[in-house]
Amino acid sequence: MERALFLIFALTAIVAAFNILLRRHPLHSALALLVVLGALTGLYILLGAYFLAMMQVVIYAGAVLVLFLFVIMLLNIRAEEARLERRPFFRWLAVPFALLLGAETFYLVRTFEENPSPSGTSIGVTEAVGRELFTTYLLPFEVTSIVLLIAILGAVVLARRG
Amino acid sequence: MDVVVEAVIKIVIVFGVVLTCLAYLALFERKILGWIQLRYGPNRVGPWGLLQPLADLLKFLFKEDVRPATPNPILFSVAPILSLVPALMTYAVIPFGDRIELFGREITLYITSVNVGLLYLFALSGLGVYGIVLAGWASNSKYSLLGGLRSAAQLISYELTLTLSVIGVLIQAGSLDLIAIVRAQSGTYFGLIPKWHIFWYQPLGFLLFFIAAVAETNRVPFDLPEAETELVAGYHTEYSATKFAMFYVAEYANILAVSALATTLFLGGWNGPGVERLPLLGVFYFAMKTAVFLFIYIWLRATLPRFRYDQLMRFGWKVLLPLAFANIVFSAAMATTA
Repeated sequence: MERALFLIFALTAIVAAFNILLRRHPLHSALALLVVLGALTGLYILLGAYFLAMMQVVIYAGAVLVLFLFVIMLLNIRAEEARLERRPFFRWLAVPFALLLGAETFYLVRTFEENPSPSGTSIGVTEAVGRELFTTYLLPFEVTSIVLLIAILGAVVLARRG
Repeated sequence: MDVVVEAVIKIVIVFGVVLTCLAYLALFERKILGWIQLRYGPNRVGPWGLLQPLADLLKFLFKEDVRPATPNPILFSVAPILSLVPALMTYAVIPFGDRIELFGREITLYITSVNVGLLYLFALSGLGVYGIVLAGWASNSKYSLLGGLRSAAQLISYELTLTLSVIGVLIQAGSLDLIAIVRAQSGTYFGLIPKWHIFWYQPLGFLLFFIAAVAETNRVPFDLPEAETELVAGYHTEYSATKFAMFYVAEYANILAVSALATTLFLGGWNGPGVERLPLLGVFYFAMKTAVFLFIYIWLRATLPRFRYDQLMRFGWKVLLPLAFANIVFSAAMATTA
């Protein structure tokens, strides 16, 4: 059962991820991203990380991606008009990144058996996440909050100028 | 196997009752609007208009499904489903009552209890916006697009307040599990005032939650996405027949879900006198408290004019959001001193 669900979610995520890249229209890509997020949520739930799964939906699917859609609809972007052709540099940039990603995947596959499955532990439960966040990872947490604050201030300044 | 059968039976019952309630909610609304405006309301189909929902349903099913010339026919058809499904999924975690003994088994009066129940509800409310936004976009019409855009902006703005207004309750109850939140509200203070969160240091949280909830369900005075005077009907202008009915049901499903959630979080859920001895009474209390919210919803619709768009945004970001932050600080201070 768990294995079947994993396969369903994983395959959905992969197919949808390819769709993000292959679709011509930005809105269709955004919707494919939504499907990827949904599949990832399913995977998180299978791993017992309920808190992470729900936050993923609330923040990414519920807010960030809605903003994507909002911008795409507001600017009424048509199907991508071969915009990449004008910048061949970006095409060549893809090669080193693909190599890097390939190396990472290779490393992960090689070391996979050694990692114990986190299923069955309480890593993803709300209490555990909260405790870890405010004890072990307090510094990164606070740094993140300051970075976000700076981003908010920057947004306000830019909005004022316009 | 027994567990699966029990779950299926409960799901069927909950959906049957909820869908019937939704049909009659529409009648309830029209009757009360009529009453407030000194009219009769629907009174032709059946006694007191009681068969009106059935007539409406048949009408929706047999009308012609008109499709606009749109480059996205699939999205056009999927949008109402995306709107309805999250709205109905919320009822999986809402606790209608405690547990009862039946056929020698202990049966809980809710479909399931999730450790992150409240987050699950917020996740679903965040997904509900896709139906509206995509309907607006796929309709290939200016009115619909404007309605969809307004809805996206409004939902993002008010979702913040909605989420933050509940944190006070979470601090007080110490759990994201809705059943635990209801249990935290059992009993009374001085044998007189019930220990509901609305009475004991969450009245501001309750007010913020309710205002944000009205905005989240696109109801008067926050119904700009479907403002009929300027946008015809907003995102569902181009929809007809069954697809329109799906948006209609989704709107009422959201209203009922939010009312039930307000009852659970702030009005003590199923708690009331005599519930310990007769748990089924809790379901009755729950329904009555939810009905009060439904009435307030309709009352607002009959009384208030619509916000202007800039007023809506200013109110959400400059009034409600700071108040929600203040409420969190206040709740945390109370929790640490208590």
